[in-house]
Amino acid sequence: MTDAAATPDDPQIDLATGPAGHDLMAKFDPLIAERQALLDTGVRDPFSIVMEEVLSPTQAIINGRETILLGTYNYMGMTFDPDVVAAGKAALDEFGSGTTGSRVLNGTYGGHRDCEDALREFYGMDHAMVFSTGYQANLGIISTLAGKDDYIILDADSHASIYDGCALGNAQVVRFRHNSVEDLGKRLARLPKEAGKLVILEGVYSMLGDIAPLREMVAVARAHDAMILVDEAHSMGFFGDHGRGVAEQEGVIDDVDFIIGTFSKSVGTVGGFCVSNHPKFEVLRLVCRPYVFTASLPPSVVATAATSIRKLMHAGDKRAHLWENSIRLHNGLRELGFTLGTATPQSAIIAVMIPDQQTTVMMWQALLESGLYVNMARPPATPAGTYLLRCSLCAEHKSEQVDQILSLFAAAGRATGLIN
Amino acid sequence: MTETYDRVAALIEPFNKKGVALSDATSFQNDLEWDSLTVLDFVATVEDEFDVTITMNMQAEIETVGQLAAAVEKLTA
Repeated sequence: MTDAAATPDDPQIDLATGPAGHDLMAKFDPLIAERQALLDTGVRDPFSIVMEEVLSPTQAIINGRETILLGTYNYMGMTFDPDVVAAGKAALDEFGSGTTGSRVLNGTYGGHRDCEDALREFYGMDHAMVFSTGYQANLGIISTLAGKDDYIILDADSHASIYDGCALGNAQVVRFRHNSVEDLGKRLARLPKEAGKLVILEGVYSMLGDIAPLREMVAVARAHDAMILVDEAHSMGFFGDHGRGVAEQEGVIDDVDFIIGTFSKSVGTVGGFCVSNHPKFEVLRLVCRPYVFTASLPPSVVATAATSIRKLMHAGDKRAHLWENSIRLHNGLRELGFTLGTATPQSAIIAVMIPDQQTTVMMWQALLESGLYVNMARPPATPAGTYLLRCSLCAEHKSEQVDQILSLFAAAGRATGLIN
Repeated sequence: MTETYDRVAALIEPFNKKGVALSDATSFQNDLEWDSLTVLDFVATVEDEFDVTITMNMQAEIETVGQLAAAVEKLTA
């Protein structure tokens, strides 16, 4: 008989490395070593930034220093909108801090319904379903729609939440090369005619900031009798006459069956949604597990979201200024000699491509120390094994701030040898 | 070795940056050390060459060149 509990002098256990032979964490050793090697070169960890104070949608205090934010998803600058903030405060007072329950039980308040009404108004669609995050909206809708004998056809550069939605369900998954209409058509043509098909596209791809050729892709998908889902996470509020996204801009929104979106970007809070004109849409509330088996959003969050969405319906001036900023920054960076993710400005995301991780981190740190925050992105988040600094603009960036951003990039680029 | 194997092997060559000698047992991940992007590009090439659909579900089960040739043979049978 031996004592089952391990003791410090148990010879099989090395306290420094954990249980011998079966440490499930051992698979992460290469990543731990890679990260340590990078930090040992003396750079700051790009993935552990703390915003000590947030002064506005475009400025925060980081490491005690006032910093321009060029790496948020706050495209329309709604986070400090006085009406949005007031709506949140009022809901907090009237309805409390949280719902403590599922949407299908005690977690649907008047505010959740009102938020869904705001989405139906915004998109001009019959149905809207609000999830607790955008990630969960993709997880829920994709895994629920496509069953075992159905096919999902998706772009190879799809967001992790789309891949994870496929993994949660059990449909057959087929990928096509990024943004290739021809590749999509070939793959659809090979599938059994009678099988159910769901083509999943994104309006804006978030790493390079490129947009999808939705007009051609939607036509090809329709020709093969596929249903179409478009994720407009990075395009809501900014593309199309009503800000409904790239599908609206390309004139194909009526041919799209489901639009997925998020509140954590242009809307300026957190949450996700799906809107649709499908007559049977409401049944999804009963069968979609990531909708049913989680707590609903706090009342203050849905109140801020509803207020922000309704304001975004009339935000033409902001949209125009955001485009102006995006074009100004894209042209400026290109003229400085940086390599960008897209040849032309296509969205509010501008990716500065950098050959390797070491230079990327050095550049990122040089920018941060001069008072500019951008996102550093690396595989597997990025396509094609690339390293990049992702800049995302805000409608609240002033033109002078964009000029300041350009001069900070010029100095950091020269200091790290990226440009001459 | 079958004709399918030979055709698959020929398709691998442009992606075989390390010049690994191929056999039935050659592993895409361990021997060829392909990253996910190379896998995607290669799978798309094989799909187009043989006019077949190799789903991600199938790809999860395919580890070696021999297994891929067998899967393609089954799909084209």
